Amino acid sequence: MATNDDETSTGGTDPRRIALYGVLIALVGVYLSPLYSGLTTSLKTQQAYRETSPLQPPLEGLTIDPWLTAASELAFAMVNSFAMVVPATILSAVFGSLAAYGLTKVDWRGQALLLALFLAAVFIPYQAVLVPLRQFWSIVDISSLHARGELVELTITHIAYGIPICTILFRSYYRTLDDELMEAARLDGASLARIYRKIVLPLSLPMFAVTLIYQFTQVWNDFLFALVLLSDRANYVVTLELNALAGAMATDYGVQMAGAFIAALPTIVVYVLFGEQFAKGQTL
Amino acid sequence: MPFWLLPTLLVLLFVYGAIGWNVAISFTGWSGLGQPDYTNFTLEMYRQMPADPDFVASLRNTIALLIAFTSVSLVVGLALALLVDRKIRFENTFRTIYLLPMALSFVVTAIFWSWMYASDGLINTMLSGLGLGWFAQDWLGDPRFKLAAVIVALIWQFSGYCMIVYLAGLRGIPNEHYEAARIDGASTLKLYWRVIIPQLRSSTVGATVVLMVFALKAFDFIYVMFGTNPGRSADILAVTMYREAFSASQWAYGAAIAVVLFALALTIIGPYAYTQYKRGAL
Repeated sequence: MATNDDETSTGGTDPRRIALYGVLIALVGVYLSPLYSGLTTSLKTQQAYRETSPLQPPLEGLTIDPWLTAASELAFAMVNSFAMVVPATILSAVFGSLAAYGLTKVDWRGQALLLALFLAAVFIPYQAVLVPLRQFWSIVDISSLHARGELVELTITHIAYGIPICTILFRSYYRTLDDELMEAARLDGASLARIYRKIVLPLSLPMFAVTLIYQFTQVWNDFLFALVLLSDRANYVVTLELNALAGAMATDYGVQMAGAFIAALPTIVVYVLFGEQFAKGQTL
Repeated sequence: MPFWLLPTLLVLLFVYGAIGWNVAISFTGWSGLGQPDYTNFTLEMYRQMPADPDFVASLRNTIALLIAFTSVSLVVGLALALLVDRKIRFENTFRTIYLLPMALSFVVTAIFWSWMYASDGLINTMLSGLGLGWFAQDWLGDPRFKLAAVIVALIWQFSGYCMIVYLAGLRGIPNEHYEAARIDGASTLKLYWRVIIPQLRSSTVGATVVLMVFALKAFDFIYVMFGTNPGRSADILAVTMYREAFSASQWAYGAAIAVVLFALALTIIGPYAYTQYKRGAL
């Protein structure tokens, strides 16, 4: 916004303008410093790590060994994470879209109450459901059916707890959709399901991008549900395995930092590619 | 069957059913192996709390974290938004960098920050470099600094989120408001204080709810940094709950602590959801 007349003098060397950029760049340093110290350390040999400060780039004693060690430790857990995240993300987005359509474009009583419940569910501290969740999955014991059962339980859990936020995201978008088109289709005798498929779904694609990116990041980054539901190391997702790795290599910061980058890589890639959609999901 | 029934049922069952179940468990006194006995309800778990020094300490820390984390994140986020909102070049790049920590898992950021805070980590190195070596500390070992260290790292992670909320708010303010204030001869400072900040009220409310609720459940970061027992100086309810239930098998007591957390969250979410509903914003 034009808050003052600074921008009229951008061509010159207005000292206030220079100070502004100075502050902005200093802040970039602050915000990137944990990643910077992690990156330099992950590329140093043990000797270089001991002899140089984390501020210094790894000019001598450059190595990628910590990355190789961390990658081989985390590989199976990355696979588990993907196997869980992809269906969990897609299904909670689809369910969220369906629920939002039902709660927005179809008139019936009790809509507002349900919406308030969905909104509150977005914010609920998951601690309040952890003990029942453990009980539930010991009664509905999918893990006894198959060695990968725990991962299925975790996936279903993520779908269920992802629906409220996905619904709220879609709902805010469906409110803005024009009713006339749907009304016309309804008068033509189209069923709700048909209107959804032919009109609402195609119009929802930009919102699907926002929701999928939000949900992918949430589920990939989750630690708490995985901690409570997964007991077999073979089923560990990457956040859990990274925590185990950090515990086992408590003194080897190089491997820990490389592991943190590897575990974060999918979300960083998604963030860099879809920054706009990510920001949108956060502010709605 | 209406097509929205399945998602709605999943939410009602997994969220509200589970919360009700958790309340029931908190009344049972269930611990150890075996199953809860729902025929014998007791308030014993809630009576224990005031006499449990761990609980009292973690309640106090939770409130301290909530207040410090929320207020500083808002101030830093607002400052970032005002800086970025000045028709700067590479605005996108700056925004992307400030928001980047929000895309990272707490497991990842806790690992980065445990190295930042280590005795020969970046923070102490920088302090020595600036001639402030005497101020270098064992940030994560010293009970005086543990909680503050966590709060600083969480502010780092969430201030970018506050920035984008405030940026969206700033961009919703009509240009005429700036113009009118300028014609009145308001100074830049006055312009911000009198005209702009008051118009950011709904951004502030929204971000405050999100930050406060997050502060209540900030579990991952502390767990990864300190394990199940961070000590009384950095323990928070979310961690105490997990430790009682899942490490000590004091299921009912853990469930009762979770009820307290839920009640705290409700005092924040309830009024927010209600006003949103009243204003027709839902």
